[in-house]
Amino acid sequence: MTIATASAAAGVRWTKKHLLGLEELSADEITLILDQAAEFKRLAAEGETKLSSLKGTVVANLFFEPSTRTKTSFSLAAKRLSADTVDFTASTSSLSKGETFYDTAQNIEAMGVDQVVVRHSTSGAPHLLSKLLKASVLNAGDGTHEHPTQGLLDIFTIRQHRQKIAGLTVALVGDILHSRVARSNIWGLKKLGARVIVCGPSTLIPAHVERLGVEVSNNLDEILGECDCINLLRIQFERQRSAFFPSIREYAHFFGMNGDRIRRAKSDVLILAPGPINRGVEITPEVADGPHSVILDQVSNGLVIRMACLFLLQQRRQELGNN
Amino acid sequence: MSTTLIRGGRIIDPSQGIDRVGNLFLRNDRIEGIDTGAAVADHVIDASGLIVCPGLIDIHVSLREPGDEKDETTASGTAAALAGGMTSVACMPDTSPVIDTRAAVEFIQLQCARAGHCNVFPLGAVTKNHDGKELAEIGQLVEGGAVGFTDAKQPIANAEIMRRALEYTRMFGRPIFNHPQVPELAAKGIMHEGYYSMLLGLRGIPSGAEVIMVARDIALAEMTGGLVHLMTVTTAGAIEHIRRAKEKGIRITSEVTPHHLALTDADLRNYDTNFKVDPPLRTKEHVAALIEGLRDGTIDVICSDHQPFAEEKKQDELDIAPAGVVGLETLLPICVKTLIEPGHLTWSKLIAKLTVNPASILGIQKGTLKSGADADITIIDPTTAWRIDPTKFRSKGRNSPFAGWEVKGRAHTVIVAGKVRYHV
Repeated sequence: MTIATASAAAGVRWTKKHLLGLEELSADEITLILDQAAEFKRLAAEGETKLSSLKGTVVANLFFEPSTRTKTSFSLAAKRLSADTVDFTASTSSLSKGETFYDTAQNIEAMGVDQVVVRHSTSGAPHLLSKLLKASVLNAGDGTHEHPTQGLLDIFTIRQHRQKIAGLTVALVGDILHSRVARSNIWGLKKLGARVIVCGPSTLIPAHVERLGVEVSNNLDEILGECDCINLLRIQFERQRSAFFPSIREYAHFFGMNGDRIRRAKSDVLILAPGPINRGVEITPEVADGPHSVILDQVSNGLVIRMACLFLLQQRRQELGNN
Repeated sequence: MSTTLIRGGRIIDPSQGIDRVGNLFLRNDRIEGIDTGAAVADHVIDASGLIVCPGLIDIHVSLREPGDEKDETTASGTAAALAGGMTSVACMPDTSPVIDTRAAVEFIQLQCARAGHCNVFPLGAVTKNHDGKELAEIGQLVEGGAVGFTDAKQPIANAEIMRRALEYTRMFGRPIFNHPQVPELAAKGIMHEGYYSMLLGLRGIPSGAEVIMVARDIALAEMTGGLVHLMTVTTAGAIEHIRRAKEKGIRITSEVTPHHLALTDADLRNYDTNFKVDPPLRTKEHVAALIEGLRDGTIDVICSDHQPFAEEKKQDELDIAPAGVVGLETLLPICVKTLIEPGHLTWSKLIAKLTVNPASILGIQKGTLKSGADADITIIDPTTAWRIDPTKFRSKGRNSPFAGWEVKGRAHTVIVAGKVRYHV
């Protein structure tokens, strides 16, 4: 079936075989995905929850790193489009038996998979896979590099509430250094014309990040009043080489989003969090469950964003003759 | 008795300040002289249009035997050395087991003799099992043939151990090769810490990790009078420290690899494990400082830091795959591309860093064309263009970042102890 969107009508076409990151997408391509997702959202609202677009195709979820939310979201997205899905996780696979990444990829390929959704703790792993496989590769988060569908769903959620991205001021707060979500958000938001501030302790802001066109702040209270949206990134304790700040208490004191800070922010500020959230660290329950929070919108939007990505990539595969 | 005449080549011998066209005469396994020798030779090699120089010496090579023979063996590694123009290599002791006993050093030499390719000068371990805790039996290792000491890619992190090692080796007149990197700052690092590590989301190794260790080693060299050789320096800060130390008369030497001259951290953008090296590829500003260091003599030696790995090891993810590239068979052309063609070094200066300088650091009677010296000769074809194809390497390792490069400069004929051991 063909599904009409504003971007498609405007002549923007999806020509990429893989979705590896937002760095390599144009503003038009990002908008195309957002519009496609909006179309799926509209159809779902009308009760069209099961579509046949990917019928007869196979989507493999390759998760080399634990994930519940993203994997479930991709799985459901593929099922909504009538694809067959296979799940592969590092703990249940042959990886623990010493099989190389390369062998694993080849084995998946041999099963006749059309699209591979890959999550990996090593930055660049999906890029390596994309060189090895005939299947389309969809990056579901690689190390501390990119997490394009998360970036897209964050942007989609902002657009849903604000109808635009250009001109908004968006703060990414917290662990920028280890965050693939931050990098994807930065690329996507900048391309669509937002002003982006990254804010966190100086140990968690990587040097040279300003070369991506963002402003840097170490003082959340100072920038609070300027922000239309605040995206609270999770502190990634598991990726830290050593202590980057003295204590969680001190972190929450300076960078945690709490009721007091919400009252000093813009009255219509949007609070996003890519999750899973550390309640009481980056965000207090009062804020997470409060009126400014769009955290649950993010989760439901994640589904339509992933449907849009799977749909566009499969459409491209058909154009290319499945090679 | 056998005599050889190498006729009409451009003879470059930095040990004697020679750079002129002439005839080189060999008698048996010795050099007879330049332009003076038997009128009729048993063998004549026409070297017109070619460079004739002392056999090249690579002081930083991992041969992997014993223990990792699927990466490389003494035989394959020394064959690769010959094809790269080397008549001598110094090999790292980071084998399995580590070369920390006299028996192990003697095994290396036995394997080298069995292979019959080029000369191998083993380096022994500074500390037992490279653990960085207890000194290996350095004196016994010297008696077994070790010419220097190193813990290879394990930096000697403990300053007290480094101090004692320098004091102890002083009585044997042997150098300590250290990998100058503060381990805590480099832990789990994959590439140079900078713009590209931020962009790619890859854990960085800051240049300071090297600069700090270089400064420490210079201080210890000054304090102990021991011989410190700094392996594979890559940073502008290290070059500055070494330059100042040399001005003060501190006995310190250093080396650089061709890949750190030809490539930068931006090359990691393709996430190719063949660009993961230790120390990491740095920025172009650091590369410029290395070239200046080579020009003014701050850096003494160019070496390959040959690190062969079986193909499957490099097919792993970037953070799991081992760091290192093969380099024996590409050292010469990459030096030509990065140093000769842009005019940074003359051939004479380049050859000094591949002959007399490494010989002097290792304390071996090599790297010269003086009458009576060992007849180890490399004849270089400096002009014919060729394409680097790792599948043609003699090394078992195919992990080269230079696959497909169009280059000039390669070994034409390699003579070890008067015998032709390689001919293109």
